[in-house]
Formats: sequence, C-alpha cells, structure tokens
Amino acid sequence: MLLKNTYNEFIKILAKPRSYLGIGALTLLIGIILFAMKADGSSFISFVTSSFEQTLSFNGNILNGNLIAFIILQMLIVHIPLLVALVTGDLISGEAAMGTVRMLATKPISRTNIVLSKFIAGAVYTFVLTIWLGFLALIVAKWIFGTGDLIVLNSDGLVILKSDDILWRYGLSFLVAYLALLTISTLSICLSAFAENSIGPIVSTMAIIILFTIIGSLDVSVFDNIKPYLFTTHMASWRSFFEDPVPWGRIQESIVILLIHNVVLVSAAIYKFNKKDITS
Amino acid sequence: MNPNTIIKVEHLTKRFGTFQAVRDVSFHVNKGDVFGFLGPNGAGKSTTIRCMLSLIKNDSGTIEMFGNSYDKNRSEILSKIGSIIEKPDFYKYLSAEKNLEIFARISGATVSKKEIQEMLDFVGLTGRGKDKIGGFSHGMKQRLGIAQTLLHKPDLIILDEPTTGLDPQGIIEIRNLILRLKTEQNKTILLSSHQLSEIELIANRMVIINKGKTIVEGDVKELLNAQEIVVKIEVDKLNDACNLISNSFGIQDVNRINEHEFEVNIEKQSVPKLNALLVEHGIEVHSIEPKRKLEDFFMKIIQS
Repeated sequence: MLLKNTYNEFIKILAKPRSYLGIGALTLLIGIILFAMKADGSSFISFVTSSFEQTLSFNGNILNGNLIAFIILQMLIVHIPLLVALVTGDLISGEAAMGTVRMLATKPISRTNIVLSKFIAGAVYTFVLTIWLGFLALIVAKWIFGTGDLIVLNSDGLVILKSDDILWRYGLSFLVAYLALLTISTLSICLSAFAENSIGPIVSTMAIIILFTIIGSLDVSVFDNIKPYLFTTHMASWRSFFEDPVPWGRIQESIVILLIHNVVLVSAAIYKFNKKDITS
Repeated sequence: MNPNTIIKVEHLTKRFGTFQAVRDVSFHVNKGDVFGFLGPNGAGKSTTIRCMLSLIKNDSGTIEMFGNSYDKNRSEILSKIGSIIEKPDFYKYLSAEKNLEIFARISGATVSKKEIQEMLDFVGLTGRGKDKIGGFSHGMKQRLGIAQTLLHKPDLIILDEPTTGLDPQGIIEIRNLILRLKTEQNKTILLSSHQLSEIELIANRMVIINKGKTIVEGDVKELLNAQEIVVKIEVDKLNDACNLISNSFGIQDVNRINEHEFEVNIEKQSVPKLNALLVEHGIEVHSIEPKRKLEDFFMKIIQS
C-alpha cells in the first residue's frame, strides 16, 4: 500500500502546476547567472582576483564551467529551500485544505503510510530539483564556459583545485546539498501535518530557516551550544569538499546531524498525523 | 453480537475542547438495511459518522464495524466501506478518471480501467472521464463521489448529507442512484440527510439523534405507524368541516392551520370517504395534500 500511495503522490506532484514552478524558477535563475557571466564575467573575476594580483599571477581559463558551477551553488543554495518548501509544504496541508485528506483517511491505508509516501515523494522531488541544479550548473556551464582549474576563496585563503580533481568533489557536494534540501523538505512536510492550509507550512519553513540562519550567524556566546545542532549550520557543508585537504570529520558530523533531523521530523509528522482528528 | 449487525455504536461520546459534540449515541445497523441517520443541525451526526470512519477518535463508547474494532482491524474494516462525508472532494487538477484511479489504487481492491468506465456510466458521467474536476458542477462531483465509494465494491456505504447543496434535479438524481444501490446491488447503506422525505422513501430503519444523544431508533414503518397519514385539507367552511370530521370520524385532534386549512391524522383508506362526506355536506374542498409523516414525527421528537 505504501508503494501504491507513493505512486499516487507522484501523479499528484506531476499534475500540479506549482511543481514546475521550482524547476522553471531554477532554470531562469541559472540562465540569468550564465548570461551575466558570459556577458561580463571577466570583470567579476578581476574584482575577486585583484587583491591577489600583487602576489599571484593568474593564467589560463579562470572563468570556466567549474567556477561558474561553484558560484551558482553558492548563490542558489539559500533560495532553493523556498522552491522545495513550495511543493513539499503543501503535501499534507494541501490535502486538508482541499478536503481530500478526508477521502484518503477513509481508505484502507494507515496514516503512517500516508505520511511516509508523501515523504518519499517529497524526497524524490527534491532529488530531481538537485539533479536539475547540477545539470544546469555543471554540465551546461561547462558546455558554455569550458573546463579548467577551480579557484575558490575560503576563509583560510585561496584554494586552487586541478580540473581533473574536481568532478568527484561536485558529485559528493551535490549529495550533501541534497541531504540539506531533504531536511527542508522533511521540515515542511512535518509542519504540513500540523496545518490545515497550504501557505502556513511554506511560510513557517522559511521563517525557521531565516531564524536559525540568524542565530547561526550571530557571534554571541549564548548560542554557541546550540549552533552545531541547527540544520542551517550544516546547509553549507557541501562547500567543505572544495577545501584542501577535505575535512571529512566535519562533513561526517554534518551528515549525521542532518540525518537525525530527518528522522526526528518524519517521526513527529507521523505521530501528529496519527493523533490528528480530521475535521476538515 | 448478531452476525447480521454491520455497525454497532454504543454510548459514543466526543468532546472538542469545551464543546460536547456527542454525549451518548447508540444504534446498530443490520446487513441490507438502508438506515436513516437523522438529527437537526449540530446534533452530532457528522461527528458520529467521522468516528465510525476513524477520522476522529471518540473519547468513550465503542464502535464495532463488521464485528471488529478500529484498534485492531482498521484497514480490513475500511476496505469494506465506501463513504462520502458531507461533500466529496477531489484533486481539481486531475481528471475524473485519474481521481478514481488514485482512490481505487488505495482502496484495497484491484480495479481495472474498464471498471472505472463502467462506474462512470453507472453514475451518469459517461464521456466526462477525461475532464478535469475543476470544471465539474456540485451535482457531478456528488455523482463522482458515489462512483468513488462503489469502485472497490464495498459491503457498506456511508453517505453523510449526500444531497446538500444540490438543486432539485440533483437531489432526485442522487436519490435514484441510492435506490439503485439498494435494489440492484443490495448494499447496506447508512444515509444521513436533512431531506426527511428522502429517508421516508428509501430507509427501512432509522435513528434520530439530538444534542449528541440518541432519541429514538427503530423500524421506519413501525415508528411512523404507516397505516395512518397526515393530510392537509383546504376548505371554504373551516368550522363546519372540523365539526363534521369530529362527529363522523370521532377525531378530536384537528389541527387548524389558518382560516381555510387544517391538518388531520387519518387512516389512508378513509381519505376518499372524508372527501365525499365534506362535499355531501356542501363544503367545498379546494385541496387535499398528504403530509410526510416523518416531518411531523421528527419535529415532535426533537421538540419533546
């Protein structure tokens, strides 16, 4: 029954216009970035490299597909959660708002399976969005700008990665970025189980992300103990793959914390949905 | 428990915050019954039905469906039930066929595309399967709702106010559909409705609840004493007519409505005799209109 309802969820997601909004917005945003970089990327690069030009000499194709992909990821990873929440925040509460939750809950499928099928469908949608981001950011950018070494400016300084040492880093960074986005998806599904309308969980998800991000960026000791456990702290962990050497321990820690968030949020959604009186 | 008993509700209670929606509701529905579930607005009908479908959890009391409780056999019970609660809601962005496919897939039965088409034909939606629900009228949605309840061939059909919001033609269509379910498919049907005439026409048993409590339960004919009917008579000389009826038929309980109309409780076969008697005594009879007994019965029960 879980698989059958998951299949149903895919049909619903595919039929909803808002599902394509995320993919469309992503395509448009990346298209704009690619266009801007093609039109005036060299001045953008010289602005970044100018401070190093007294000590370093930059030769070759610096403005390449690898760098563009990094810039795109850096810029969009903050905004993609909204596109994810737009679809996943509606998965349970949208059914309540439409009244179809009443029809679903009177069918011989457990409420736990209803939530799990929505979680799986949300996870697949998020994966498709991440893959699309990867395709546009990496494949299309490389096709337009060519390949080359990647210059990354970290807090420790400038890191230069050889072009043949980059693809695996992108592969793993997309996986960790996916896990971070999956946490957003799970959070909005969880909030969706508490709500009776579509907009509430979407707005609440974004409010939580903003709140946690502010707490994470505030340099105040009172928050030091909770910062490592906020999922927003680990949303940029994908960047760690572009450090040399790669801080595996830190990445592992981020993965564990994000996974724990997912398990806790799905459990909370299942608990709430099972206890809920369906009065809509 | 009687093996024929499909629904057994005993001393059900449910509170929402400070509001006691259901205080003490008990009734049972037997196999093959068309069971009328009556009560004024706010009586607790929908809450009781929602408890019966495990949509909300009752505070106390018991609900047995097919001899089982939801605690142990939820999926098994729900696989035998088809229901519409108030109004059927569908995915507006999907076609009627897709909606039926979605609900059939999780109904616990294998339903072919051919069966979906047949069901659309049965409810009078032939040729509308590919149309999106967004463009459906309320009546069409109700008919699709009935198709949805029947797809998995349930033993029990629960319809909560299936004619709410429908125009007269829609009400007749839905009533005919329910009658066909009873006669052609011999389904057990629990029907909650405000349309008392509807219940009187198609139900064999009924319960009336008020303020969250069961007031009366039983056989419709026995409760309404089917031998007698209430007729509303319009005449030119009201006093003469009332006196004549009292003297000739021994009926003292004549309800005067206005200057020309009165109501009287009388055996069905005596109506022609009454009419002839009035005419013989020079009283002009402008109309004789039978009144639904259930309306009177319902009002008396609720007011008492």
